[in-house]
Amino acid sequence: MIGRRATAPTVALATLAVVFTACGSSGGDELTMYSGRIAPILDPAIKIYEKSSGTDVKTRFGDSPSLAATITEEGKNSPADLFFAQDAGSLDAVEKQGLLLRLPADILAKVPKHYESKEGRWVGVTGRARIIAYGPTLKESDVPDSPLDLTEPKWRGRVGWAPTNASLQGYITALRLVEGEEVARTWLKGMVANKTQAFDSNIPVRDAIAKGEIDLGLINHYYVAEAQAKDKNYPVKVHFPPKDLGSMINTAGVGVLASSKHKKEAIAFVRTMLSKQAQEYFADSSKEYPLSAGVQPAKELTPIDRIPSPKIDLAKVGDLQGTLKLMRETGAL
Amino acid sequence: MAATSVARGTGRRLSAASRLFGVRRPPLVLLGLGLVAGLAAALPALYLVVAVLGDARAALDAVLTQRTFGLIVRSAGLAAAVTGAAIAIAVPIAWLTVRSDLPGRRAWATLATLPLVIPSYIGAYLFVSTLGPKGLLQELLAPLGVDRLPSIYGFFGSWLVLTLFTYPLVLIPLRATLRRMDPALEEAARVMGRSPAEVFRSIVLPQLLPAIGAGAVLVALYALSDFGAVSLMRFDSFTRDIYIAYTSGFGRTEAAALGMVLVLIMLALFAVYGRVRGARALHRTSPGTQRPTAPVKLGRWRWPAIAFCGSVVGLALVLPVGVLLYWATKQVSTGMAISTLMKDAGHSLIAAAVAAGFAAIAAIVIALLAVRFPSPMTHVIERTGYAGYALPGIVIALALAFFTTRFALPLYQSFAILVFALAIHYLPLAVSPIGSSLVQVPPRLEEAARGLGRSPIAVLRTITTPLVASGVLGGAALVFLHALKELPATLMLAPIAFDTLATDVWHRTTEGAFEQSAIPALLLLLIAAPPLYLLNARGSVGS
Repeated sequence: MIGRRATAPTVALATLAVVFTACGSSGGDELTMYSGRIAPILDPAIKIYEKSSGTDVKTRFGDSPSLAATITEEGKNSPADLFFAQDAGSLDAVEKQGLLLRLPADILAKVPKHYESKEGRWVGVTGRARIIAYGPTLKESDVPDSPLDLTEPKWRGRVGWAPTNASLQGYITALRLVEGEEVARTWLKGMVANKTQAFDSNIPVRDAIAKGEIDLGLINHYYVAEAQAKDKNYPVKVHFPPKDLGSMINTAGVGVLASSKHKKEAIAFVRTMLSKQAQEYFADSSKEYPLSAGVQPAKELTPIDRIPSPKIDLAKVGDLQGTLKLMRETGAL
Repeated sequence: MAATSVARGTGRRLSAASRLFGVRRPPLVLLGLGLVAGLAAALPALYLVVAVLGDARAALDAVLTQRTFGLIVRSAGLAAAVTGAAIAIAVPIAWLTVRSDLPGRRAWATLATLPLVIPSYIGAYLFVSTLGPKGLLQELLAPLGVDRLPSIYGFFGSWLVLTLFTYPLVLIPLRATLRRMDPALEEAARVMGRSPAEVFRSIVLPQLLPAIGAGAVLVALYALSDFGAVSLMRFDSFTRDIYIAYTSGFGRTEAAALGMVLVLIMLALFAVYGRVRGARALHRTSPGTQRPTAPVKLGRWRWPAIAFCGSVVGLALVLPVGVLLYWATKQVSTGMAISTLMKDAGHSLIAAAVAAGFAAIAAIVIALLAVRFPSPMTHVIERTGYAGYALPGIVIALALAFFTTRFALPLYQSFAILVFALAIHYLPLAVSPIGSSLVQVPPRLEEAARGLGRSPIAVLRTITTPLVASGVLGGAALVFLHALKELPATLMLAPIAFDTLATDVWHRTTEGAFEQSAIPALLLLLIAAPPLYLLNARGSVGS
């Protein structure tokens, strides 16, 4: 009956499954990392470490705040050795739980003080500026000088953002800190009411501008810079809004979990991320601002000291939980 | 799905018989296994209740908001609209392919059933990439001066995608009912001078209502628990909000509370399903008098009929598969990491296969208890086996993520917990066919073996199992098929770096990499083909 006919495909499937899985697995000591940075950007940097150390890195990718919450929930039992976040706020949230290891002085010395934790428990790896990206239908002079102006009726339905993304959340946390809770609340409500298009992450925002689906987007500078590097006529351009923290510089950074069973290797990973080779990769390929080893940013980028970024203490921009609550309350999340 | 009441009904009959001949007690081993399976299936629901009650104040605060009200309205509205449209599509196609002389009606029937195999997130991704404001269609129309298409995101896109990929859930039971229906009544009505339209309205339709109702509830349940399509269409439904509340970190009690509300809505619908299905027997005519129906001649209506079937199949099958092939060939020429793809395919296969194996074993135990040893206790065990029906994948994942982080940390985000979630989620799909095949095995045979000194386990192994093998295989294949394309539970529970084809498609699509999503999506459909073929041979696709 059916039974006999079905045996062959079942056995075939089972065999295939075993073969496939055998191809994929690898043994030995390896590092486990939670990464809020996306795979296409971070993978090449991870490879640099794997090649030089011979240690494999297993990475769970996700949104930085989500991973910060996961680590908090897992506590001392977390399988993670490293946490690579897209923003200072997520790192700060984990640090406040007492879950990060104090890094050796030589690592802390590599990075400007402004881009690392006051207690020395995480370091910035690269700098990134918030910007307003705009499409070919607009001139730079049309683009508002403050993100707060995007609630104006003329931008209704024309703006994209990525509310689950740590970079936007970091900006909102800073806005709350500097201009107050009410300004942030009013802005978020206004953005939602103005039909701001919510995307899952930054790249789709950029791509939607390129396609002309939307005209403006609140993202980080390097998403545009990287696309421009590949295509000289890329239709999306960058405006650094000088007002209301619009061009705030945040940092993507890394910390070692205090509960890690591979502390030595994990610290070596951090050192590699600050090495000349990795910093050059971040500068040349992902177009971020390098923070260490004397590496210079890509030539076509606006020099970091010419970005109208406010002086914010990044270590204080840690009330992620309050930001998430506000975003839920206003319907932005 | 449809065979559940068969097993249960027969159980009741057997129970009457066993009262006559004395009560049969299940072997302790079997009962023990049954209790374990039942508890396992009930674990997510139980833990959800515990988690919500444990933080009842916060949970209430989270749920009693205008936002929740909005979620209920939006999700219910979407489910209602999808259900209505699914019926509007399924009824004409069912009638045309069973009762009319539509040219190629067999082929149309098969083609119109196939969209059910396309996972909603793949369908949604293809529709976004094709009909989005600046999608493929706009590119085609650009020379004609079409600058952008109206937005597909939100309610409209979710409605379109969910309708096109769920209407077969109504079509399948409807066709079965139409085929079973006795034509004598209709002929009598026509002889008495009623027009064909009147006959359809007054005679055929009332007989079809139970099948339409049952299919409609399944569509509504699907629409309520779907995560992939609504997320890609950016429609704020319950499942998407639960996922955002969970992943945005610190609002996890809120996620659990929202999950609880969704489960209550699903349970209410499920109760409706039970009533509708129960009602069907009243309307069925005796098969003894049945003879083939003469097909209704369509005449010049043939062309609109073909156009209708053609546009449904075109939108729900040809367009998505065509676009998928187009993206895939474009991607092949740019090259793609085969090793990653193979690894993800391996993960998909092994997780789905192991889950199907466990679900089949649990289902055999549960079905044996329910069919052979009916008692209040085995009845409860059987009912808990169906818990996975009423729980959306995302809620099961949520409950298990909570449970493991608090009480079983080594299991947190492990292969074991992923397989566990998949197995209990789709357990009902295995219980149904196994239960109905078990009903066909004569209990005397087993008793004879016991009488000759075989142990209960030996009887199970040498007598019962071989006899129900076809039901077991069918059930396992159904579980495999569903586990293969499962998305939210895999996203939340899979071990680190354990990407499956489903999560691969998801990650690439949410990053906007449409071309790169095509090959894993295509591979997923290809892997689904053998078990689908198997089920087709059994004649129970999608049921």
